[in-house]
Amino acid sequence: MSLLEIRHLHKAYGDKTILKDFDLTVEKGDVVVVIGPSGCGKSTFLRCINALEEIQGGEVLIDGEPIRRSAKNISSMRQKVGMVFQSYDLFPHKTILENILLAPLKVQKRNRSEAEAEAMELLERVGLADRRDDFPRQLSGGQKQRVAIVRALIMHPEILLLDEITAALDPEMVREVLDVVMSLAKAGSTMMIVTHEMAFAKAIATRVLFLEKGEIVEESCDAKAFFEHPKTKRAERFLKSFEY
Amino acid sequence: MDWDVILSYLPRYREALLLTLRIGWQGVAFSLLTGVLCAVVIYLRLPVLKTIVGGYIELFRNTPLLVQLFFLYFALPKIGIRISPQVCGTLGLGLLGGAYMAETFRSGLESIAPIQTESAESLGMNRMQVFGYVLLPQAVSRSVPGVVANVIFLLKETSVFSTISLMDLMFTAKDLIGMYAKTIECLTMLVVFYLLMLLPVSLLGSLLERRVRFAEFGD
Amino acid sequence: MQSLGIDVLFKGTNFLRLLGGLWVALRISLVSVSVSILLGLAVGVLMTSKNPIIKAFFRVYLEIVRIMPQMVLLFVVFFGSTRVFGWNLAPETSAVIVFSFWGVAEMGDLVRGALISIPRIQYESAEALGMTENQTYLYIILPQTIRRLIPLSINLITRMIKTTSLVIMIGIVEVLKVAQQIIEANRRVSPNAAFGIFAVVFLLYFLLCWPISKLASYLEKRWA
Repeated sequence: MSLLEIRHLHKAYGDKTILKDFDLTVEKGDVVVVIGPSGCGKSTFLRCINALEEIQGGEVLIDGEPIRRSAKNISSMRQKVGMVFQSYDLFPHKTILENILLAPLKVQKRNRSEAEAEAMELLERVGLADRRDDFPRQLSGGQKQRVAIVRALIMHPEILLLDEITAALDPEMVREVLDVVMSLAKAGSTMMIVTHEMAFAKAIATRVLFLEKGEIVEESCDAKAFFEHPKTKRAERFLKSFEY
Repeated sequence: MDWDVILSYLPRYREALLLTLRIGWQGVAFSLLTGVLCAVVIYLRLPVLKTIVGGYIELFRNTPLLVQLFFLYFALPKIGIRISPQVCGTLGLGLLGGAYMAETFRSGLESIAPIQTESAESLGMNRMQVFGYVLLPQAVSRSVPGVVANVIFLLKETSVFSTISLMDLMFTAKDLIGMYAKTIECLTMLVVFYLLMLLPVSLLGSLLERRVRFAEFGD
Repeated sequence: MQSLGIDVLFKGTNFLRLLGGLWVALRISLVSVSVSILLGLAVGVLMTSKNPIIKAFFRVYLEIVRIMPQMVLLFVVFFGSTRVFGWNLAPETSAVIVFSFWGVAEMGDLVRGALISIPRIQYESAEALGMTENQTYLYIILPQTIRRLIPLSINLITRMIKTTSLVIMIGIVEVLKVAQQIIEANRRVSPNAAFGIFAVVFLLYFLLCWPISKLASYLEKRWA
């Protein structure tokens, strides 16, 4: 059984089709990079996997079990899927540590000292242990994104979805966030990443998905080959647009 | 200005102030409770209740307190509901204020970016957890300026209580002017006593607003 | 139904009299609102002044209006003016003075708020294009400010209408007073008329204010 299986996923807003008949299987340890021009549906795609969006057809299975927005088990299903968003979405009224601990304590009902120990260990790993008692406002964008990653990781998700997490950052902060993601990949985390950082995508991907206008145009299991010699004209044109 | 007159009126004004304050604060407390409950109903989109709450808010925001009090005090007894002037004052103020507070809390909730809900949901929180741990604390702190303004508004509105024969400051002033014609003294005391009642609230309010704005989230 | 006063309402000219009473309050509101909006625009611009004396003056003015119930102001002006200055102000005149005093402050504060909410960069880009200060205000700042102000001014109308119900306290025969008179006159034939009549007054105020607030919030959303 695959970790994530998407079958005939169809997503539309009214008459407007956003995702047309998507199929995808993700195995443990895969790092799937999703790229494509803006408006191609890549963010919506990630949001469907976490059931943040209602879907109009098909299904998303995690460990063979469907995840549905209105289902009873949505909470436990979502715990299997971690997500980090583009905008800094930390809870502004809670300190860094409280941001990280909220879900483990309230959703997973874990023991505080155990969860706190893990939180500190993770903060240490992203280099922010000394900021535990600060509020989100006191952190830079890059630091906030690293905390957001920790907040997702402490739930022990089976797969991590990263939705353009560096798109809103100042250029000099992009690196520190990407380094954290890279170290996760090396440690064997399963991830799906939407990004515009092509060099990073090429370095981290085990698989690449190129979307355009709500369709999967090209899929490749060899990131290097894809970025150097894409098979489709559309992917080639897209990759060209990054050269100057 | 006749100081002896002022001195002799003092006890009556003090009594009136205490009465106004008591009913005023009871009304404010009642309005906060009503406001939070209504905001929760609207946020959770509870069927039927949502419509009732919406109607209540529109009705009480679009009519004067004076008319509401007349209805509670003079009209309801005719269908067998008799309430004392004091309860009437508290109830009227609470209902009027509840509608305003509900609007304040609702817009506080609406001002929170949807991403907050989404990230809480993606951590596996259910609707009540998202509401209780993520939205409500932020909405409350964002609502502070609105709540302060509402409290001052409500305490000012207590000045119509005399129409339902509550012996508040207005009643006392009018009564004393009618009896002894010491207009200047009576009016001066009226103004001073309202200042005594509202100036501290106003100052406290601005202090609170500043605290919430600058301190709470670590700026 | 008969015992609850609906019959009384449609007896003779009673309903028309009620509407007449409402018009008295409405007339005072409209005059006061017009004064408030016109003077408020000027006061609002003055409020953005950097002159410390002007600033302090308007601070005090605003604070008085913020803290003093309109009812108290109404008493002070109506009863006090006779006593102190020997004027014999008509109740309606006192009412217009007080509600305008209140409304100008409210409107001024709205105007000030709208003016300072225009981002600095708007002034700067106009300046960078070589516009004079007057041109900047005329073509860039005012159109944006007015858009924000229209819904807020409309809201001021409903607040004014609700506030003018207070004039019953200084002896003006407005809708509540007319209602009381009608109830009193029919005490014997219809002892419970108070219910129906006051319910109708309640409803009349609602029907008057509700559409106006709806319009204000519609415009606010549309122009947001």
